[in-house]
Order: sequence, then C-alpha cells, then structure tokens
Amino acid sequence: MINILKSRILKGVVTRHIDRKISREIESVGGELRTAIFKKFSRSLNIREVDTGSCGGCESEIISATNPIYDLQRFGVNFVASPRHADALLVTGPLSKNMLIALNKTYEAMAEPKFVITLGDCALDGGIFKGSYYIEKPIKDILPVVLHIPGCPPGPLTIINCLLEFLSNPYE
Amino acid sequence: MDCSEIISALKSKFPDFVALASSQDHPDELRLKVDPRIFKDTALALHKILSSPVMMLFALDERRERGVFVVNGVFCGFRSSQWVMVSMDIPQDNPGFETLAKSMHSASLFEREIQEMFGIEPRGNPDLRRLKLHDEVWPQANFPLRKDFQKVQPGNLGEYKFGRVDGEGIFEVPVGPVHAGIIGPGHFRFSVAGEPIINLEPRLGFTHRGAEKLFEGKSYLEALKLSECVCGDSVFSHSLAFTRAAEKISGISIISQAAYLRAIFLELERLYNHVNDIGGIALDVGFSYPSAYASIIKEAILQLNEKLTASRYLKNVNALGGVSVEINESKKTLLLGSLEQIKRDFNELVEILYSSGSFMDRVDTAGVLIKKTAEDLGVLGLAGRASGVAIDLRKCFPGVYKEAKFKMALEESGDVLARLRVRIFEFVESCRLIEEFGGKLSSCDKNKVGPILKEGCALGYVEGWRGPILYWLKTDPAGMIARCKIVDPSFRNWQGLAYAVLGNIIPDFPLCNKSFDLSYSGNDL
Repeated sequence: MINILKSRILKGVVTRHIDRKISREIESVGGELRTAIFKKFSRSLNIREVDTGSCGGCESEIISATNPIYDLQRFGVNFVASPRHADALLVTGPLSKNMLIALNKTYEAMAEPKFVITLGDCALDGGIFKGSYYIEKPIKDILPVVLHIPGCPPGPLTIINCLLEFLSNPYE
Repeated sequence: MDCSEIISALKSKFPDFVALASSQDHPDELRLKVDPRIFKDTALALHKILSSPVMMLFALDERRERGVFVVNGVFCGFRSSQWVMVSMDIPQDNPGFETLAKSMHSASLFEREIQEMFGIEPRGNPDLRRLKLHDEVWPQANFPLRKDFQKVQPGNLGEYKFGRVDGEGIFEVPVGPVHAGIIGPGHFRFSVAGEPIINLEPRLGFTHRGAEKLFEGKSYLEALKLSECVCGDSVFSHSLAFTRAAEKISGISIISQAAYLRAIFLELERLYNHVNDIGGIALDVGFSYPSAYASIIKEAILQLNEKLTASRYLKNVNALGGVSVEINESKKTLLLGSLEQIKRDFNELVEILYSSGSFMDRVDTAGVLIKKTAEDLGVLGLAGRASGVAIDLRKCFPGVYKEAKFKMALEESGDVLARLRVRIFEFVESCRLIEEFGGKLSSCDKNKVGPILKEGCALGYVEGWRGPILYWLKTDPAGMIARCKIVDPSFRNWQGLAYAVLGNIIPDFPLCNKSFDLSYSGNDL
C-alpha cells in the first residue's frame, strides 16, 4: 500500500505526461461531448462493443481511449458488459460468417432506443478483407448503423472526435 | 547439418527410409520429398531427432499443375539453426493420408485444418470436427483453399459437438462468443463439479476471415499490407515474417542497419504488449492501480512508436529489403530518452506488484501448465518458456540477437506467476537490446528497397512477443502469391490454456487466460 501511495504522489496527475497540445484538445473535445451526451441521454452514453472479426487493433485503441491519459469515462461514455445496459452497439471488424448470429442476438438483446456505430475500416465494408469467401455483406446492410468511425485503427482522439460529431447532430 | 546428414540420421532411425528428392534452396531450409507410405514414420523420426514439435503441417493444391495435392510438415532443428521440411504428393482421387496425431499430438489441430480447408482426410484421426468453418453456417463439402473453389455451394449444415463430461453433479457453463470486456470473440465450454474446472473446450474460429485465401493472387505489396492486418497486436512481427519469406525467395540480403532497425521495432512491439498483459493480469485479480499504471506505460510506448514511424502499431514500416522509415539522430535521442522514462516507470510497476502479498498469492500456483504437457501439445513462445520449454527463435538462429548476447527468459513452474516473470524479464531484456541496437545505428547507410518478387518458395520466421510466427510462401512465375500458410503462436498455444485451467475455479479463468493472452484473429485467420 505504501508503495502505491508513494507512486501516486510522485506520479501526480498523469495528464502532465502528454503533450500540452494533445491535452488541450482532449479537454475541449471531451467537454463538448459531455454536454451533448447529457442533452441526448440525460446522463451518460453506454456502449456495448462487439468484435465481428477484427484483428484486435480497434479493440486496443478503444481500450486506449479509456486509459488514464484519455480517460473517456470522465465525459460520461462507458463501456458496459451487457447489451441489456447499452444505448449503443459498437461493432469492429469485417463481419465473419461465424459472427452473424451472435451480432444479431446482441442487437436484439438491447433495449430501445438503440443505435449502432461501426469502428475501423473493416467494419465499413470489409476493408482489406472485402471479397473473401467468409465475409458477409457490410454491417450497415444488416443493422441500422448511424455512425462510422474511420481509421485502421482509429486513434483514441479520432474515436472521441467522431462520437462528438455524431452526438451534436439530432438523433432520429 | 546438410541434406545428407539428415538423411543418414533418418536412416539410422528406420532403415527403410528413402528420400525421393532432397534439396537445400536456402541455407536454413532443408527439403525432403518422400513417398506417402513413409511420410508418417519420417515425420515421427524428425520429431524425435530434432526434438521439435510439428511447427507447421499444411497442404497445397497442385492439381492444376501436377494433378496432386501436396502435404508439407515442417520441423525445426533448434540446435542446428535449421528448418527441415518433409513433403509428399497425394493423389487427387479420394485424397487422404495416415494420421500423425495419434503418435504426435502437436499435429492434431493442423490435420483438422487440412481436412476442413482441403478435404484431405487424415485417416485414423479421432477428432475431425471443423475449427474455423463453423458447421452451423458453412455447408459440408466446401473446401475453400482448393484452387477450384469459386463460391460456396449449398449443402447440408451440421452441428458442432462439444466434448461432454458425464457424472453426478457435473454441469456445463457456456461462455461467449461475445464476452463482457472489449475483446475478441471465442466460445468456452466449461464442465465443472462444484468449483473446480474438470474440462475446458475452447471453440474458436469466430473471427475467421479467409486470410490465407485472400493472399493468393496478390502482388507482394498488397500481400504485405494484408499481413499487417492478420493479427492487430503483432502487426510488425507478422509483416516481418512475411517479408523475410519474400526476401528469401528473391535472394535479397538486408544490410545490417536495416536488421538493427527491424530488431528495434520488433522489441518495441514486445514492450507494449508485455506491459499491457502485466496490467491485464493485475486487473483480472481486481488490482486496478497497477493496471492503470501499466496502461500509461503502454500509451507512452504507442506514442513513441507514432513519433518514430507515424503509426502507433508500426504499420507501413516493413518493406522488401529493409524498412521504409529512417531513424535519424533526433529520433534516436528521442527513442533512448523515452526508453529511460519507460524503464523507470516499469521498475516501479514491478515493485508495486511484487510487494503486494494478496496479488502474489493469487498468481502463484494458479493455472499451471506442466512441461510435459506443454511439450506434447507443442506449446512454444512465452507460454512455453514459462513452463520450461527453452526455445526462443532469437536464441536459436544467428543474427543481430546473437551478436547482442541475447539472454533468454526461462521459468519452470508454468503458473501465472511464471508467465508474469517471463514477461518482466523479457521487458527488461528488450529495453537493453533496443539500447544496444540503437547505439549501433548510423545515418550513413541507406536502406535499399527491393525489386519485385521471383518465383519460388520459402519459410519466413520471427519470434514475435507471443512466440514463433511462421509464414510459408510460394509464388508463381509472375511473382504473385500462390499459397501463403500462416502459423501464429496462438494456434498452438490455445490448447495449452485448456490444460492450464484444469483444477482451477472459473473465477480464475480470466486470470489464466490473460496470462497466456492469445490472439483470436491470429488463430482464426
């Protein structure tokens, strides 16, 4: 315990360890995002993530967006363990045939109102895996996708930025 | 060792051995062609002579050219720094061969893969359930890696049968494919009586994308991009294994500067993944402070990667004949300076973990994989070294690592703590290696970026952070990829996890799982 306290005091607030330019960007982007989420979802946006065949890069960046440096949770965006708790479904990866049933079941398990976000180039149309014998049609042809976050993989700042852009538009 | 030596060693093991052909196209690769009738005995003899598990076992469709299927088995002479490949031709009518899996367990998953992808039957193999083409969605008698496969033909769908444990009070716990965390998909079927796990059967393949088929017909540059998308946490090592195979085919030798740069990037990839897993192990016992601390270190390494190469995951770095980025003096200062900070933070992280009694109590003796099981299953890499399997390709093959007097991590106990210790040791060693290689960089030498691919075949291999990553590449006369067989260490090590959790309780499964940290996409391809 004494080690943790010592390390905590010596380390201070970790946002110090990143470039000031990036730091300010996170604060301004995050602040607006929080206002938007408060307006649309009264308190927070809960996201359930599903990997339908991703290489793991997108997952790594989503996890990075929740690390102490970017700390997405402080702006009211949470990743939840169950689709029952989720407002949004975040899908990564090209859609492998093996994941079609699981994807549909996860979506069905969510309560209304609900929407789908795709993340990463593969999730848009299969990306580099497009045309493979085992890749289904694009996710947007199967589920109502309202937002796509581009990149291979998109960095944590891109993820935060895109969520903001989406939430500042009216949701139907 | 050359071909004649390996042939005489085989002859002494079994006198009937006759090689139909033998060749040494590359200094580190011996190829033997044998009659299908003695393939099994040859493979078993190589397994014993080289004390190597089956490193690869895969098929090729050469019906159009020669009217046969080919099956290749690859073994590694860890002491002689050589790969030995044994191959046989299989007639195209009613194709099959005698199973190796009954005598050599490390062949079993490879045989199942050959059966589902090519429809070549490993006769006598007791378990031919499909791994990647799930019975519920993929009709029978569709073999996608055959060259004449165009489109899936309608047919009967089946159902996957899990191994069952019967008895009083035994129940099953199905988990997945969608898990609670932000992680890839896989299904785990636990059979438990009370608390302890009696049997675990992982069913994977959910992220199967048909990557090997997609390689076919691609040019070198397109294929290189694809190799970077096979496994998202081993981007550099996968592309390096691919590039090495391509370089061997084209006869390109890289300059020492490029070799140092590649080693630096390979170690940077190891660093961010090891620290990520150390944090993950802490998180899975509910120790959140070190986990957050580790994610700060990981982010620092990813940002360093970005500053050096413009990619957080080292994409677009490898090229035929070298690397496409240069490290000038200012980047070198940045690299070595950042590494100092990373090392300081890492030492503190380790101190926090080791001084927590409750943490050590959780990881000590949890998820034990004993050496015998690891060897029989062919578990290699990090998980193997934690169980006493002293194999690391960086140690076994000559190159910049030998020059730098690379020290291999090795533990005997095979539990979560051993895997944690291997990671910590390797992290420190990788930092030392980067400093050493960084000191040898000079800006005078320029990388040459190579010409197009020639015709041929070769094996590319890299010790990635999980273990050996192997790419066997064959190109056609136009220099396009004709076949690319990928073996990610996850493919061999998932079985190790299934044995390591036995006797542990389900709540410790995430901990055991994270201590292996195997890839779904690398396994499923």
